[in-house]
Amino acid sequence: MTQATQQVPNVEALVRKSVARWRHDPTRLLQVLREIQEALNYIPTGALTIVARLLRLPLSRVKGVAGFYSFLSTEPWGRYRVLFSDNVTDRMQGSERLLAEMSHRLWVEPGKVSEDGLVSVATTSCTGLCDQGPGMLVNGRPIGRLTSERVEEICGLILRSVPLDDWPAGLFLVEDNVHRADALLGHGLEPGDAIRAALHRGTQGHSEHAANERSWREGYVGAALGPLAVLEEVKRSSLRGRGGAGFTTGIKWEACRHSTGNERYVICNADEGEPGTFKDRVLLASHADLLFDGMTVAAYAVGAGQGFVYLRGEYRYLLDRLNEVLERRRAANLLGAAICGQPGFDFDIEIHVGAGSYVCGEESALIESLEGKRGVPRNRPPFPVTRGYLQQPTIVNNVETLCAAALVAVHGGDWYRSIGTLKSSGTKILSVSGDCVRPGLYEYPFGVRLRQVLEDCGASHVQAVQVSGPSGTCVDQDDFDRRIAFEDLPTAGAFTVFDSSRDMFEVAHAYTQFFAHESCGFCTPCRAGTSMLMHSMDKIRDGSGTLHDLREIARLNRVLLMSAHCGLGHTACNPILDTMKRFRPMYERRLRSRDFAPAFDLDAALGRARQMTGRDDPGAHLENLP
Amino acid sequence: MSDRPTFLLDGEEVPFTPGQTVLQAALAAGRYIPHLCYHPEFTPHGSCKVCTAKVNGRTVASCTTPAESAIEVDSNTQELNDLRRTLVQMLFAEGNHFCPSCEKSGNCVLQALGYDLGVMTAGFRHLYPDRPVDASHPELLLDFNRCVLCELCVRASRDVDGKSVFALSGRGLTKHLIVNSESGRLADTDVSVTDKAVEVCPVGVILRKRVGFAKPIGQRRYDKRPISAQALDDAPRPPDGGGHA
Repeated sequence: MTQATQQVPNVEALVRKSVARWRHDPTRLLQVLREIQEALNYIPTGALTIVARLLRLPLSRVKGVAGFYSFLSTEPWGRYRVLFSDNVTDRMQGSERLLAEMSHRLWVEPGKVSEDGLVSVATTSCTGLCDQGPGMLVNGRPIGRLTSERVEEICGLILRSVPLDDWPAGLFLVEDNVHRADALLGHGLEPGDAIRAALHRGTQGHSEHAANERSWREGYVGAALGPLAVLEEVKRSSLRGRGGAGFTTGIKWEACRHSTGNERYVICNADEGEPGTFKDRVLLASHADLLFDGMTVAAYAVGAGQGFVYLRGEYRYLLDRLNEVLERRRAANLLGAAICGQPGFDFDIEIHVGAGSYVCGEESALIESLEGKRGVPRNRPPFPVTRGYLQQPTIVNNVETLCAAALVAVHGGDWYRSIGTLKSSGTKILSVSGDCVRPGLYEYPFGVRLRQVLEDCGASHVQAVQVSGPSGTCVDQDDFDRRIAFEDLPTAGAFTVFDSSRDMFEVAHAYTQFFAHESCGFCTPCRAGTSMLMHSMDKIRDGSGTLHDLREIARLNRVLLMSAHCGLGHTACNPILDTMKRFRPMYERRLRSRDFAPAFDLDAALGRARQMTGRDDPGAHLENLP
Repeated sequence: MSDRPTFLLDGEEVPFTPGQTVLQAALAAGRYIPHLCYHPEFTPHGSCKVCTAKVNGRTVASCTTPAESAIEVDSNTQELNDLRRTLVQMLFAEGNHFCPSCEKSGNCVLQALGYDLGVMTAGFRHLYPDRPVDASHPELLLDFNRCVLCELCVRASRDVDGKSVFALSGRGLTKHLIVNSESGRLADTDVSVTDKAVEVCPVGVILRKRVGFAKPIGQRRYDKRPISAQALDDAPRPPDGGGHA
């Protein structure tokens, strides 16, 4: 973590140390840049040049990566870098007012650095503290439950230049807030249980492939099924991906196993960036062993030797704890060579930390980022299961999916399939936030009705629920008897509640801003289109919108749906279209009655001239001109 | 060519060689699909989305979609041409494009696409980005105002010239072209006027100095014939002259 000191460190030495720690591997470029950023509060141009030289990369490539991620900066930030979480739930809890208060107290303009270089205050996309918001990050450390008093206390600490390590520990307390645990959150397993179960399954029964296959990686362990046994259980469980897309996990694993390559990789997608989602935060903080068990089981099943966790930059504060868990597991022979005494079962896990980019949650963009590149989604096919990390067969699974796979290894596919609905087996963890008495995690068997969730979390006068975040679906009370399931309302976990006091136009406006901010810019429709959408929404908010603008939004939606490169662009219109359909009066009351009005207001533009000339007589106003 | 596999493009058979994408096969067969970031000499990239077509009912970038036997591709439909027009409009609104005063006029792919697709206005509010030019190099000018982020120069410099003079930085709307020098100036890179990267720019970003109007406007590449005809001449053809060349 960054210390607020004014020493000027030796940049060359610092870069050398970081590059050496990452074994001079150019695919670790992002990790090197992140470490420099953490140490210096920014990445000086000179440091980029040294990185390029040491990693033997073109400087243009290094600059291009540094410029992609919003947590990296080539300009100095304040020694205390304050980033207010800017999810709609943070705003509902008063984050905008608190940001203004803080900026005022510290005498700094939002988005700028104070003149003495002490502090900068800005916003960032959802930090995953929606159940205890408003949230912020100070030099990467999370602070939740912000109030005016807390902001005052933080300002005092900053103005006195108190090092972050000496701040009251209570400020950084992040609670799990688990209100309903089921099969997963109440797993009760010990570290390694799932691995031992998977290995044990492999010793049962006989494989018809055994005779002509070479090793356990290919499916042979003493004439038994080996890894195929647990793969079979995962297939039998009908477990589907928990990151949103819902692809069947067993089929993904099998495809990877059957792809040819020199190496296979297991990647855990812990880039939980969907606004309103925070379940992975809790799984990583309190159930890391279950996750690593799941990854190790996956490695056994597909025949992988290396695993990665791609941890979102906002969860950087969990890194040291997670690395400690990995160390403990290596000591316990749950990672490393001959895991649990199984000859040839070699697997280890490395954690990479992202640097502020929502699109890196898309699996191929995540792989690009892991390879030290700009996080831009790839063209598919080929899919990662055949050509993923370093063009080798790779599975990318969500944190919750891998945890569930660990449960399947222990209890079996039939047990898992007995939970939930026909097409959605198992349980789902919901990240509930917004207007309710008890925000936090709720784990239910699939098939739970929205009404049940709303009742459990203590929500009243509910107007709408945003299911699965801005890229998901916004539903109103007509839909509260619908079920959380792939066949009805699929979700990656976000469950954001809005009561009748909320303006759903503002909600859609905030989400549209989010998509425009997070577009990677690769394809024309998303890069330009999300900004055009923003313009239309701004125009409506400013009171000059017309029916024409609503039609324009519908047209942009068609363009994004038809031609965007990835899901970000495909779903960028969802919040607007859903709210427009269900809460149209909230749009219409903002519209002018005319068919078209320009965004540019000529009379308002004359306001400055009136001010300068001191005129405000009728002749200085456009509407009075003949 | 009868023994080559075929797919249907707007109801007509197009032969292809396995490994070709839909756009490559179409162009080789003398069938035009509008495109911008695709260039026959480079690996398809799929970012501009102008070549979007419907393959078996799904919209995809035809430049990156592998050609397969018996697929049905729709391209020349009103819906898809409307889409392409909108995408080209977005590119016009996103940058600062002043065709009448641009020395690339008549040789510019964006302008030619605009004419061919019937773009009459930018259709969106202009974003007027602030993109200072780089005139530091004695022989080359970089006018970033006209960049459409096709990455052809990036690909050419990296893959053909072996230099990586150009790269992209930023994200979303702030995505922009950068050059490979600590100062950020083109003069401090090892670019050369003979680089493939210099030649390949489809718009007026990378320009050789002092030759801008050597060929007068009116006699330029797309002045004589529309890009839909010109692009077919540029496409590589199979030795047997497949299609109706």
